[in-house]
Amino acid sequence: MTIDSTIDAPPGTDAGSTVLLSGNEAVARGAVEAGALMAVGYPGTPSTEILESISGRDDIDVRWSPNEKVALDVALGASIGGVRTLATMKHVGLNVAADTFMTAAYTGVGAGLVIITADDPGMHSSQNEQDNRAYARMAGVPLLEPSNSAEAKEFTQLAFAISEEFDTPVLVRTTTRVSHNRGLVELGTRNVPESAGFKRDPSKYVMIPGYARARRPVQLQRLRELADYAEASALTVESGSRSEFGVITSGISHQYVREVLPDAKILKLGISYPLPLERIKEFSESVERLFVVEELDPLVENDIKAYGIAVEGKAFFPQMGELDPDVVRRGFASAGVVPEPPPAKPSLLTVARPPLMCPGCPHTPPYLALKRLGAVVTGDIGCYTLASLEPLAAMDTCVAMGSSIGMAVGMAASGGADDPVVATIGDSTFMHGGIQGLADAVYSDANITVLILDNGTTAMTGGQEHPGTGVTLQGATANPVDLVGLCKALGVKDVSVVDPYDLASTYNTIEAAMAYVGPSVVITNRPCVEAPTKVRDRPYEVIADKCTACQACMTAGCPSIVWSDELFEGRRKVVIDTITCTGCTLCAQLCPPLAIVAVPLPEDNREDSTDA
Amino acid sequence: MPEETKGLVLAGVGGQGVILAGMIVADALVRAGYDIKQSEVHGMAQRGGSVFSHIRWGPGVDSPLVPRGSAEVLAAFEWAEAIRWVDYVREGGAVVADLRTIVPPGACDDRRSWSTAYPTIDPELFLDRRLKARLIDASTTAADLGNIRAANSVILGTVAAFCGIDDAHWEAAIESLVPRGTEEVNLAAFRAGRAVGDAQVPVPAPAPAGFPGPHLIDVNHAWCKDCDICSRACPEYCLAVDKFGKLGIVDADACTGCRLCELLCPDFAISIRPPMTEAVTTNG
Repeated sequence: MTIDSTIDAPPGTDAGSTVLLSGNEAVARGAVEAGALMAVGYPGTPSTEILESISGRDDIDVRWSPNEKVALDVALGASIGGVRTLATMKHVGLNVAADTFMTAAYTGVGAGLVIITADDPGMHSSQNEQDNRAYARMAGVPLLEPSNSAEAKEFTQLAFAISEEFDTPVLVRTTTRVSHNRGLVELGTRNVPESAGFKRDPSKYVMIPGYARARRPVQLQRLRELADYAEASALTVESGSRSEFGVITSGISHQYVREVLPDAKILKLGISYPLPLERIKEFSESVERLFVVEELDPLVENDIKAYGIAVEGKAFFPQMGELDPDVVRRGFASAGVVPEPPPAKPSLLTVARPPLMCPGCPHTPPYLALKRLGAVVTGDIGCYTLASLEPLAAMDTCVAMGSSIGMAVGMAASGGADDPVVATIGDSTFMHGGIQGLADAVYSDANITVLILDNGTTAMTGGQEHPGTGVTLQGATANPVDLVGLCKALGVKDVSVVDPYDLASTYNTIEAAMAYVGPSVVITNRPCVEAPTKVRDRPYEVIADKCTACQACMTAGCPSIVWSDELFEGRRKVVIDTITCTGCTLCAQLCPPLAIVAVPLPEDNREDSTDA
Repeated sequence: MPEETKGLVLAGVGGQGVILAGMIVADALVRAGYDIKQSEVHGMAQRGGSVFSHIRWGPGVDSPLVPRGSAEVLAAFEWAEAIRWVDYVREGGAVVADLRTIVPPGACDDRRSWSTAYPTIDPELFLDRRLKARLIDASTTAADLGNIRAANSVILGTVAAFCGIDDAHWEAAIESLVPRGTEEVNLAAFRAGRAVGDAQVPVPAPAPAGFPGPHLIDVNHAWCKDCDICSRACPEYCLAVDKFGKLGIVDADACTGCRLCELLCPDFAISIRPPMTEAVTTNG
């Protein structure tokens, strides 16, 4: 039984209209139309905009959790409490949530529970490109793979129904090219199912061994039923006519296959786990040669082979990186299915443009200090990971969210590092996965320094709130976690706070903390210059006559400072782009001949002030 | 309506407004009645890195990514990005390139040649590939209209000539998506872009003579008290105080002869000499 929502869709998004939506917006819209009352996640590219796109609605509780594990715990609790709930995360986020995920596959759900894993083949913004389709196989939960925005909405909506019909969490996997692709989507109405509320059932929800053993056959039986469902599902779609070869594919790969082979016989798997093996067998018998085109690992290929069906795949298509129409065309060419594309002309030489820390970034000065101090730096995940690149080149490790502190503990304990070990971690990452690491540093009395780069936001993903910011995703005031108090409460005795825009203080504070025997914490306290508000002060400029071309300012790697065409003793002088300069003063502090000064205000008259 | 799917690539640098421009193009094409797909990359790329937006339109679009060598037009908001993405344009297609240059700091790190890695502006690069090239100076055109931030609309105006859809759709898309209050100047910029002429290609400055070889760092340890001032200041990290507190030269080849260490040393213990000159004995 459903009831129509009385709350209107936002202007311009009326039911029945067709609008351009990104895959992320479409997923969110699917959850809205399915009547989800709660949506929870942790920001991570390419998943972040799912929750942001519906944070303005007042008919759904949308929230950031400190990490993906907590997000999935909250989501499972809400689902068991009787409301349809969406949980969103990037692929590596599901690693964090995996503990809950694996056993949620045993408990099943209350109301529908849909988990979005936004994978990043090609690692546009990630530390690895793991294939999260494997998680569906490991946990034994159904996996849906939309291939465009329209499907992202439709599949998310359907996933809630599947979740309730089969009493299971449902994993919906998008990839960067689905999440960040805009396409046309027809909007429907929001229907909120009546909540049955929480039904007490310890044998289903308390996973002690005795109860869990009883849930295991339920889980396996459910998978068999889901396979039957996939066989008959409208999401298992056959198209095309040519019978020389057939292609089995799913997700974004389907679009590339259609692009390269417009009239090929294709079996598209909207539900890519469990596989509709009977349909696949039938399909294989209708074609002379069978291919699987899938991004990353040969999961579908291997499952089909294990069922005794001859199929080709990774022999022609790469197992790493993302696919695109050109890669798929080359794959089919090497299989002899399409002619070899003509060789491409050599590309023109251009300049590398890696991502950089922004002008005025408060993370730059601490890394400049760490480089001078010669520390061994275990880094973490955030904008500041860019400090691993030239010219700062002041980071030695970066693995997973929150890893920096534990790795520093281990590195210091190993005795293998000649220099003092410093862990660097952002505020949001510290909230996510750093706190337990710091507890271990205290517990093991590790001789390390932890530098918490508190810029008051989750900057890398575009500036999201977290438990330390004092604001929620939906804009309400929250109780901020006090970082200094937290570190002291964990038992750190040497905690200091420093303004990173004061380079000398930053250097001295970090140096003193490194000299302290035992765990010490230094917290930098300047906000991000881009979010939540743009920080812009009077820009600085170079007085060319005073510049001795020493390049001291260039050691900061600020994007606003580049070489000019003027020379001093054969070396390039520098110039500041006053449009992008935020006036952070770092370069002026670095400049030995004091050639960098604030751009004079129109009312300034330097001649007068010298006379006075 | 054409039978086949067409493609357009917008390319620029993080912060230039490529994503918004892509949304305007996409919206205009939807208004013209096409199926469209638009793909872009967020996240890391926006920290001053390359940013692109692929747009494909037609009666029914499959791949959101533009295959190499198939785009009708490349709209480059910056010169080096035009070079980077030119392979995506089909033979006979068009490149609309703004002559704005955004030099990344990484292009300024070769302290041997003192020449930048940034590519020289050279329209011949496109003509060699049989492309229609339109090199424009959108910032100046927009500034003349009163708002330099409307430069992207100038570029879209030039791009519109190669997309084959009605101007009314473009103008409606611009009106609905640009920030409130800037509709008029952006529409004017779009119309100006339709008619804008090719920009004057700037003459590149001659590259400096280059690096004569590393300078010689001469530390007089009898006078040095290992105070660490020089090693903290050296932009090339040539000098360092080791864990026993002694100053040493760790990377002599990197010295560019800026003489900061020599000038800052309170004990006159360092002298820096250009290469290929006789050593001047100052003491002992």
